[in-house]
Amino acid sequence: MKRILVLAVAAAVAAAALLSGATAAAQGVQPRPGDRLFDLTLPVPGERADRNYLGLSGWGKTFRMADIKANLVLIEILSMYCPFCQKEAPVVNRLHEAIEKDPATGGKIKIIGVGAGNSSYEVEVFRKKYGVPFPVFPDPDYDIHKKCGEVRTPFFIAVRLNPDGTQSVTHARLGGFGEVPAFLETLKKAAGL
Amino acid sequence: MTKTAALIILVLAFALGTSALAQTHSEAYKDNIYSTGGLKPVDSVLKVKVGDRAPDFTLPSIAGQMVALGQYRGKKNVVLSFVPAAWTPVCSDQWPGYNIVKDLFDASDAILLGITVDNIPTLYAWTNQMGHLWFPVLSDFYPHGKVAEAYGVLRSDGTAERALFVIDKKGGIRWIDVHDINKRPPLESLVRELEKLK
Repeated sequence: MKRILVLAVAAAVAAAALLSGATAAAQGVQPRPGDRLFDLTLPVPGERADRNYLGLSGWGKTFRMADIKANLVLIEILSMYCPFCQKEAPVVNRLHEAIEKDPATGGKIKIIGVGAGNSSYEVEVFRKKYGVPFPVFPDPDYDIHKKCGEVRTPFFIAVRLNPDGTQSVTHARLGGFGEVPAFLETLKKAAGL
Repeated sequence: MTKTAALIILVLAFALGTSALAQTHSEAYKDNIYSTGGLKPVDSVLKVKVGDRAPDFTLPSIAGQMVALGQYRGKKNVVLSFVPAAWTPVCSDQWPGYNIVKDLFDASDAILLGITVDNIPTLYAWTNQMGHLWFPVLSDFYPHGKVAEAYGVLRSDGTAERALFVIDKKGGIRWIDVHDINKRPPLESLVRELEKLK
């Protein structure tokens, strides 16, 4: 009887552990156009330039997508260790430059990066190495990565910030986005600019 | 009751190991990464310790040369990075990170030697997906895992541990990290040790 009881407890614990994994995986579905973005809370950047870029005000330690001053935010899921992300870094920097230079999009379309499995140190190494001008947030325990379906990297998610405080995914793509001018036009339309 | 306890441990280890697994793959490898699932974190017993003289070896590199640990003695500090196997999840996203921080190795007058137990053609094809690597990639394929065995990082399935060894110019072992095979060692841990060599 004692043996059955012990086995039952073990089975329950094992089932719970497996279920928690399954639930985490189920929570994380790869974003698709038309979806509402998963709940994304990020730490307020330590650098003033990053806070200014995002238009963050207030004294909180974290912020949400709705707090960013923009019509549209392009999220890049990347990793310092990903060779494709390394190769794409200059292209994404050029997109950022093009956005800032264009009066129609400057200040209205923002880019942020999320370093899947990367520590703060690793994210800063990536930024420094490639001169990344936009904020990149560490995701050391893959929490955000899991929420977006454990996508391969780089993965780009364009998110329109709606006036009602919700966020809609307008584009989601794996790998490079191709030519900067064409992609910028796509983002402009998605942002309603 | 002993059998029952063993069964419980097995079931729990499997369940917890599976649920804890998290990793990312670069699109550079497309669908070519073989999923290993959760593995026993460490499956070998170290044969060296900090302060020991590092066992010497000579191994073929993917560049077609033979590389000996001894050739760096008195000239360079050496970091050995054993990774378990080509075309597997965490390994494929480890060396590309080291590839962008050559300056950090240079600052400590250190060379990196990447080692797996795969053969040269496999290593060649795999590392080609990472872009041009600045450090030698060595094959500990034949006699299989001889160097990994000498350091005590050869696992029972014939793969190597995910292990880092920092060796100074005198050939002494300064730091060892036999990491959980399922996780990538944080870069800052290695850099901290490199800085101690300055």
